[in-house]
Amino acid sequence: MRISADRERCIGSGMCALVAPDLFDQDENDGRVRLLAPKLHSGLSAAREAVDACPAMALEIDESRD
Amino acid sequence: MSQTVPIPHGLPTERDASPFDPPREITRLREARPVSPLVFPDGHEGWLVTGYDAVRQLMADTRFSSRQDIGIVHALDNIPGMPAATEPSPQIPGLFIAMDPPDHTRLRRKLTGAFTVRRMRQLEEHIIDIVERQLDEMARLTPPVDLVKEFALPVPSLVICELLGVPYADRATFQDNSAKFLVKNPDLDEKMAAYGAMTTYLAELVMSKHAAPGEDILSDLARDDDLSIEELTGVAFLLLLAGHETTANMLALGTFALLEHPEQLAELRADPDLLPDAVEELLRYLSIADIFYRYATEDIELGGETIGKGSTVVVSLLAANHDPKRFDHPDTLDLHRKARGHLSFGHGIHTCLGQQLARIEMRAGFEGLLRRFPTLQLAIPADEVKLKTDMNIYGVHELPVSWTEAAR
Repeated sequence: MRISADRERCIGSGMCALVAPDLFDQDENDGRVRLLAPKLHSGLSAAREAVDACPAMALEIDESRD
Repeated sequence: MSQTVPIPHGLPTERDASPFDPPREITRLREARPVSPLVFPDGHEGWLVTGYDAVRQLMADTRFSSRQDIGIVHALDNIPGMPAATEPSPQIPGLFIAMDPPDHTRLRRKLTGAFTVRRMRQLEEHIIDIVERQLDEMARLTPPVDLVKEFALPVPSLVICELLGVPYADRATFQDNSAKFLVKNPDLDEKMAAYGAMTTYLAELVMSKHAAPGEDILSDLARDDDLSIEELTGVAFLLLLAGHETTANMLALGTFALLEHPEQLAELRADPDLLPDAVEELLRYLSIADIFYRYATEDIELGGETIGKGSTVVVSLLAANHDPKRFDHPDTLDLHRKARGHLSFGHGIHTCLGQQLARIEMRAGFEGLLRRFPTLQLAIPADEVKLKTDMNIYGVHELPVSWTEAAR
């Protein structure tokens, strides 16, 4: 399973870093999302919460990929 | 779909259910027709969106433009002396809340780095210090005192002043003018004078940052050659206004709501770990920034209705956050509820830039206030608390409180 983040859509709200700090951080300069672990081993529920919480719909979970 | 509820003429605003719940007519409308036609005071037939799903969908769709300069955005407020708009308003430089991509993107990205979760956590201890100092001052007063004046307004004002590099000594200027600017049906001359005074003050301030930059957000922006003085002034206006009026109203109205729900308050006092969820629930329940406008740039389907190109569309975040389809027993304050997913900071590209700051201010504010004032109570009957139904951001004008002992 993989997470992808669209940095063009990202508006730097920080919701992902707030709800799933193990998976997401924000760029120090422009606040946009940084993926800490694109490959998802655990924390699927936190990842789903982040996808849902993102106001810019910039996050996706691809369950078909390893 | 039931059509038994008549199409509203103007926006219902009277808090006839409780000081905290949506007006009854808004609740009825959401049940009957969550995307409803709305007749504006000038006769325009636009739309009012009250259902959670529809509001969320609308705010994520930039075809619903935030610009005021494409077509006429019809007003709900009736400003005496203000003629009905006959042409679009010009865009105000720097006011990115009223822009679409790519102009919005360009300005917002200059700021998002300053409001990250990490930066705000670094500020947390300092914000707690500010709260404690303000509570020290309040504890020295003889009750009853006005919580708005002594606590709710000073705390976020101090924080945003420091972050932006605005001298706190100038607070009378920006607090008074911000308040005048947020009056729903103001005297037109007074509103223009307040706006003029704010922009003149801020233009001078950003020029001084240009000449001698310091360690603050406005100085960082002033170092950016890509921004004009006019844009800097607009950005400063937006950040200063949004940075103190919103959290101030949350702290005061939130305290009022807690005092009116003593069992919930007792649970919160007993278990401070409940605070993060309590803040989210208060944000949802109170939805102090309620009404937002959009302009339909084309015909758009929403919730089974067709919103015609050129329509003014109004959303009620309060109504959406009280939608039983999304939140069980929505008109009940339940601090144990997982209220995340509320729309109080908006949704889509204009989502509140300062939301992570606001969360920390509210956690620190409510935690400190409840700990230091264990016997805090209203000093007047609840139905005499003056509600801000006349303002664009909801809250209380004053909250007289008293206590029998203050803790160190």
